[in-house]
Amino acid sequence: MTYLAKPKLLSADAPKNALGYTRRDYEGAISTLCAGCGHDSISASIVQACFDLDIEPHRVAKLSGIGCSSKTPDYFLGNSHGFNSVHGRMPSVLTGAALANRNLLYLGVSGDGDSASIGIGQFAHAMRRGVNMTYIVENNGVYGLTKGQFSATADKGSKSKKGVLNSDSPIDLAALALQLGATYVARSFSGDKEQLVPLIKGALRHNGPALIDVLSPCVTFNNHGGSTRSYDYVRQHNEAVNRVEVILPRDPIETSYPPGSLRRIVQHDGSILHLRKLDVDYDPSDRIGAINHLQERQALGEIVTGLLYVDSSAQDMHSHLNTVEKPLNQLGDAYLCPGSRALDALNALLR
Amino acid sequence: MKPTDISAPDYLHKVVDCQWACPAHTPVPEYIRQIAAGDFAAAYLLNWRSNVFPGILGRVCDRPCEPACRRGRVDKEPVAICRLKRVAADFKEDIHERLPKAPTVKNGKRIACVGAGPASLTVARDLAVQGYSVTVFDSGQSAGGMMRSQIPKFRLPDSVIDEECGYIAGLDVELRQGEWIGSLRDLLADNWDAVFVGTGAPRGRDAELPGRQEAAANIHVGIDWLSNVAFGHVTSIARRVIVLGGGNTAMDCCRSARRLGGEEVHVVVRSGFDEMKASKWEKEDALHEGIPIHNYLVQKEFTHDNGRLTGVLFEKVQAEYDAAGRRSLVPTGEPDVHMECDEVLLAIGQENAFTWIERDIGVEFDRWGMPVLDRTTLQSTLPRVFFGGDAALGPKNIITAVAQGHDAAISIDLFCRNEPLTNRPGPLVNLVSQKMGIHEWSYDNKVSEEARRKVPVKTLEDALKDIKLEFELGYDLKLACGETERCLNCDVATIFTPKLCIECDACVDICPTECITFTANGEEEALRGRLKAPSRNAEQSLYLAEGLKTGRVMVKDENVCLHCGMCAERCPTGAWDMQKFTIDVAQAGAEAPRS
Repeated sequence: MTYLAKPKLLSADAPKNALGYTRRDYEGAISTLCAGCGHDSISASIVQACFDLDIEPHRVAKLSGIGCSSKTPDYFLGNSHGFNSVHGRMPSVLTGAALANRNLLYLGVSGDGDSASIGIGQFAHAMRRGVNMTYIVENNGVYGLTKGQFSATADKGSKSKKGVLNSDSPIDLAALALQLGATYVARSFSGDKEQLVPLIKGALRHNGPALIDVLSPCVTFNNHGGSTRSYDYVRQHNEAVNRVEVILPRDPIETSYPPGSLRRIVQHDGSILHLRKLDVDYDPSDRIGAINHLQERQALGEIVTGLLYVDSSAQDMHSHLNTVEKPLNQLGDAYLCPGSRALDALNALLR
Repeated sequence: MKPTDISAPDYLHKVVDCQWACPAHTPVPEYIRQIAAGDFAAAYLLNWRSNVFPGILGRVCDRPCEPACRRGRVDKEPVAICRLKRVAADFKEDIHERLPKAPTVKNGKRIACVGAGPASLTVARDLAVQGYSVTVFDSGQSAGGMMRSQIPKFRLPDSVIDEECGYIAGLDVELRQGEWIGSLRDLLADNWDAVFVGTGAPRGRDAELPGRQEAAANIHVGIDWLSNVAFGHVTSIARRVIVLGGGNTAMDCCRSARRLGGEEVHVVVRSGFDEMKASKWEKEDALHEGIPIHNYLVQKEFTHDNGRLTGVLFEKVQAEYDAAGRRSLVPTGEPDVHMECDEVLLAIGQENAFTWIERDIGVEFDRWGMPVLDRTTLQSTLPRVFFGGDAALGPKNIITAVAQGHDAAISIDLFCRNEPLTNRPGPLVNLVSQKMGIHEWSYDNKVSEEARRKVPVKTLEDALKDIKLEFELGYDLKLACGETERCLNCDVATIFTPKLCIECDACVDICPTECITFTANGEEEALRGRLKAPSRNAEQSLYLAEGLKTGRVMVKDENVCLHCGMCAERCPTGAWDMQKFTIDVAQAGAEAPRS
C-alpha cells in the first residue's frame, strides 16, 4: 500500500477508447488495501472492462456493503455514482435504485462475508427477483478486516493462518445463484485477468442478474500452505470450462475455431459471447447440468471457473413488474403525484 | 526473448537516459538529489569529477542529456538539467579543500598538452592527480581555449572560466600561456613521454562567392569575429547585419551583433528551421532578442557598390527527400531574394588546421586532413601522440571534448605504464536497495507534476546594452528546488526477483504508466505488440525476467517508467525493489579488470 496518489503523467501514446478516455480515466482513488490483495486486481479488471466497452462513467452506479471488498468501489470508476450501504444490504439498496432508475448500469460489489453471511438473504432475493445487475463477489474465504477468521465460503478442512481446521460446510455462491434463478453465472480468479475481464464485460452487457464469484486471495490472512484460496492453490486446481470473448456489434468478427469448439451466444443487447470450449461436454445453457457439474468437480477438489451458465433470452425485474420506462426523477411531480382524484379512482378500483 | 542480464553495467546505465546520453556520463540524478538536499558543494564535486567544468557547462553545455530526459517522454518538457548544474556551481561554498591534490612525489613522466581548451585541461587534470608532470602550451593569454575566445561573455563570464581553469592549475599543472607551438617535431624533440593535441577546430569556413573579395572589409568569418569581440578588438558593428549559418556559432554571432549596435540583425539559413544545427534553446534566445531567422535560402552572391557591401543575394530552395530519407535542397525556381545589409558574418562551419604538424614525423592524416586515430584510444599513428576534442574527430562540443580528454588520459596512462591500450579499466558499479520502511524510500519517490521552471533573465533593454553583462540570472534557490523535484530518479532502478513473485498482479495494476506485463514469452517484436500499454519506442529496452511459477515472464517496458516505486510498495513479497544504481566511469589510474 502506498500513501502517494498515482502520478498523472502518462505516455503520449497511451491507448484511448472510443470516448477518448484512457484506462486511467476509469480509475478511482488509490487503494488502501494490503499490498498484493486480489481485490485490487478485480478493481483493475473492472476498469479494463469499462474501458473496453466504452462505458460512460456517469452511466454507472456502483454499490457495496461493508468489508475489504466493499471498500473497493472507491478505487475504480471515480466519476460514477456510488453508494456504500450497511453490511450485507447492498442487494436491497441496489434493487431500490434500479427500480427508481433503470437507465443506469448497476454494479454491486460485495465479499464473502457481506454476501454469504450477513447478507445472504439479500443476495438470495436479488437473484430470484431478477434485478438487472452485475453482482461481483470478491471471495477470499476469510474475514480479512477482523484478522482472518473463516468466512462462510471457506472450504471444510482448509486451514487458517493460525493452523485451525475449518469444520463448517462452505456456501457455494455460484451454485446458489444458479439455483435461485440468476441468468448469468460465472466464476473466476483475480489472478487471471484474461479470463476475468471478458466475464465482467459479458455481465455488464447482460440483461438480468449476473453473478461473478471471483476467488480473490487474501495475501495477509489466507495465502498460506493449508489454504484453498491461495494464489498457488487456485492456480493448481483451476478447471476452466470455457474462455469467453465479448464481441460488440461494432466489432468485426474474425475468429476461426475448429467446428464444435466454439459456441456463439447473442445477448439481449446484440453483443455476442464467443465461448471457446475447454471442456467439450460442458453446456453453459443447461442450468441443472451446470449445478451438477459444479458439485461433481467440487467433490474432486477442483475449482470450476468460466462462464457456467447464461440465459441469453433472460428478462429482468422491470419486465416482470411492468415498471415505467422513464427514471422516476424524470417523470415530474404531476405524474408521480397525480392528486387526490386519481387516488380516489384507484381506491374505488380496489373496493 | 532472452531474460535481461541486469548485471551488465550498460543495461541499467541506459535506463538513466541523461547519464547515458552525456558523453562524460555525469551522474545527473544523484547531483540533482544533492542540490535538493542543499549540498551544493557535493553536487558540484560530483559534476567536477565527470565533466571538469560544471560552472561553464551549467551555462553553455550542448545538453545532450535534456532531449534524452525521460520526463520529456511523459511530460511537456525535460528537467532543466543544465541549469541545475549551474545552481550547484553558483551556490557552493569554497571547495578548494575538497579537491584532490596532486602528489608531491611525481611519477617521473612528462606530458605535454597543446592547447588549453576543455580536452587538454581534462587530460591535464586526470593525469596530474596520478602524479604525472603535465605542461599545457597555449597561444592565448589565459586558459580556456574556445570556451574563452568563442563563447560571448553575456553567456559565459570570464570569472567562471578563470575559476574552473584555476582548479586545474592548482593541481601542479604548468600552464604556459602565450606560447605558440609552431612545430610538433620540435616539441617531440623535448622528449615528452606523451603529447596530447587539443588544439580544437580553429578555422572558420569561408564562402567563396562573387563579391566576397571586393566586399571583404564588410564580410567576417564568424569565429574570428567572435574572438575579436571576446578580446575587445571589435567593439561595434554596422546597423544592418546578416549572419549566414544555422549553428550555435551563428546564434552567438547574431546575439553579439545585436549588442554591438546591430539594430537589424537577420540570420539566414539554408535548411528549414527545425533542421538547423543550433540548439532549440539558442534559437529561442535569438528570437527573443528580436532576431528573425530566415530559412531555405542559399547565398549566391555578395552585392556591393564599389567594394562597399550592399547586401546578399539568395536563391530560394526547398527540401526534398529521396527514398532513403536523405535530404537535398533543390531550387524552387522562384526569383532570387536580395537582402540589404552593411555587414555579413559567416558562421557556416569550422575546420581543423594542423599546419604546425609536419607530415613526415609519423603522424598520418586522412584525405580530409584529419589525423588517423584509433577511435577508442585516440592514439595517432605516432604512438606517443594522442588527440582529443575538436582536433580529434571533428568539431562537436565542450562535453564531448571533456569525454575525449578522459579517454585520452586513460590511454596516456596505460601507454606510460607500458600496458596495452586495449586493456581499459571498466566502470565501478553498485546497486543498493533504497528501502527504509513500508512507505519509505531513501529517495523522494513522489512524482512532481509541475512544469519546467523558466530561468530568470535580465530585461532585454539591459541585456542589449552591455555585451559583457550575463544575460541569464540563473535559478534562485526556490526555483532550483522546485525544478529538482521534477527529476524522476531514473538511477533508482526497479529490480525484479522472480523467485519471490506470487503473480498477484499488484504491480501491473498500480503502475501509473502501465509498463509492467506478465505474459507468455515470445520474440521481442511480437512481445512489444502485446504488452499492456503499446511499446513503440524500440530504442528503449524491455526488461524481461523468467522463472515464474506459471511459466509466464515479467516484461517491463523501460520507456515510460516513472521510477515512482509504486510497484515495489505494492509488492507483498518484495519481488520488486527500488535499488540505486551508481556507475563511475573509469578515469586514468583506475584498475583494469583482471581477466
